[in-house]
Amino acid sequence: MLYTNLKHLESAAELNKAISENENVMVICGRMGPMCIPVYGIAEELEEEYKHVKFFDMEFDNPESHIIRSLPEVRGFMGIPFTIYYRDGKVVKATSSIQNRDQITSILNKEFSATVKA
Amino acid sequence: MIMSEAIHYDAIILGGGPAGLTAGIYLSRAKVKTLILNEGTIGGQMVLTHEIANYPGVESISGFQLSNIMKKQAKSFGCDIKANISVSDLDLSGPNKKVTLSDGTSYSSDAIILTPGGRSRTLGVTGEDMLKGRGISYCATCDGDFFTGKEIIAVGGGNSALEEAVSLTKYASRVTIVHQFDHFQAFEHAIGEAANNPKIDFMMESAITAFYGNESLESVDIKNLKTGVITNFKTDGAFIFIGYVPNTEFLKEKIDLNKWGEIIVSSDMSASIEGVYAAGDSIAKRYRQVTTAVSDGTIAALAASTYLNELKVKQKQLITV
Repeated sequence: MLYTNLKHLESAAELNKAISENENVMVICGRMGPMCIPVYGIAEELEEEYKHVKFFDMEFDNPESHIIRSLPEVRGFMGIPFTIYYRDGKVVKATSSIQNRDQITSILNKEFSATVKA
Repeated sequence: MIMSEAIHYDAIILGGGPAGLTAGIYLSRAKVKTLILNEGTIGGQMVLTHEIANYPGVESISGFQLSNIMKKQAKSFGCDIKANISVSDLDLSGPNKKVTLSDGTSYSSDAIILTPGGRSRTLGVTGEDMLKGRGISYCATCDGDFFTGKEIIAVGGGNSALEEAVSLTKYASRVTIVHQFDHFQAFEHAIGEAANNPKIDFMMESAITAFYGNESLESVDIKNLKTGVITNFKTDGAFIFIGYVPNTEFLKEKIDLNKWGEIIVSSDMSASIEGVYAAGDSIAKRYRQVTTAVSDGTIAALAASTYLNELKVKQKQLITV
C-alpha cells in the first residue's frame, strides 16, 4: 500500500486506461522507501502546477506492475522508483532511483507541452 | 520571473525536517507568524527512515508517518509551509532577514531558524551520476533485491556500511567492503558481525576512483591507497554508505561554519548573527537523531521567541521616546 496523496494504479488495465485517456502521464512505480518518498512528494507538489499532466503511483511489489517492470525502457534499472513518462500512450522517458525537483521538471517541460490539442 | 515585494513573517524556518517542524510547532503555537521553507520533501532525513522504534511515546512508526503528523501539527497552529522550493538568495545581515526564491518570490522576517539538515555523501567520481539506479545505490532496503545472486561492493567503514553490507548478504552471493582506512569506525558488534559473515570480503586502504558500464554497472576502478596501484574490479553493484554532509553550501560566508561545513551555535542554538538560530543535523554536534533534532528545534524556537519579544519591547521603547 502506498501512503501518498497521488492517484494509485492498482492494475495493468488501470494503467492502460490512464495512458489511453490522458495525453501526458507520469507514473511512479515504487515502495514507501527512502528513494521513492521524495519523488512522490515532488509529484504531489507539481500536480497543481502541471495541470496538463496526470500523476499516478503504482506499487512496485504489486504483480500487476509487471507492465512497468517489463518495459524495454527500464532494462538495466536497478533502483526504485521506476518513473515512467507517457505521451499519447507511449513511453517518452524513464528514470531509475531518486530524482530531484529540477530533474523531474526538466523532463516534464521537455516531454510534455502545455498547449492543448485542438 | 516575478519580482514582488517581500512578504513579512515574524520568523522564517529554512528546512522542514524534525528540527524545522518542531520549531514551527512551537513558534506558531506561541502566535508567532511563522513560515517554513523546504527545498525537498517535508520531513527531511526522517522521512527516509523505514521504522522509528525509539521515539519516546510512540512504540513504532514510519518516518513518513511521523513527519506527516508533525507537518499537520504545525499547520494546525497556523504555520505556513512551502515545500520543494529553491532558495536563490539569502540575506541574514541586519535586523530584517530576507529570503528570495528562484521563482522571484521573496520573504522577510525578524528572526530566522536554519534547519537545512544533511544528505547522503556521494563519492563524486567518474560514472557515479550516470550509473545511479543502474547498479549504484545508496539504500540497501530499497534496492537490495535487484542484486539477488550477484557480486557487489559496499563502500564505507561506519556502522551503516557494515550493517547494510550484512543485510545485503540476504540477496547478494558476495559482498566486498571497500574502505579507505586500515580500520573501521563502526562499533565492535557491527565489525564482528561483518567479519564473521562468510559472504563478506574486505578491501582495506582502498578507494573507488571510477565506475564503468553501459546499461548498468559492470566494473569499478579501485585504487590501493598504500601502493597507488589501480585495479579494475568486475562487479554487478555498488552500495555507497559514506555518511552525510550538511546542506550548508548556501550559508558559506553568510554565517560561521566549522571546517566540516556545520553551523556553529551556542547552547541556545543562536548562530553567529543576531536573530539567526540553527538546529538539527546541520549544526556542529556529535549525535544526530530525530529526538536530538526535535530538542534542538525546541530550543531554537524558544530562543527565537524570546528574541522576538525583546525586539518588540525595544521597538515600543523607541516609539515612546
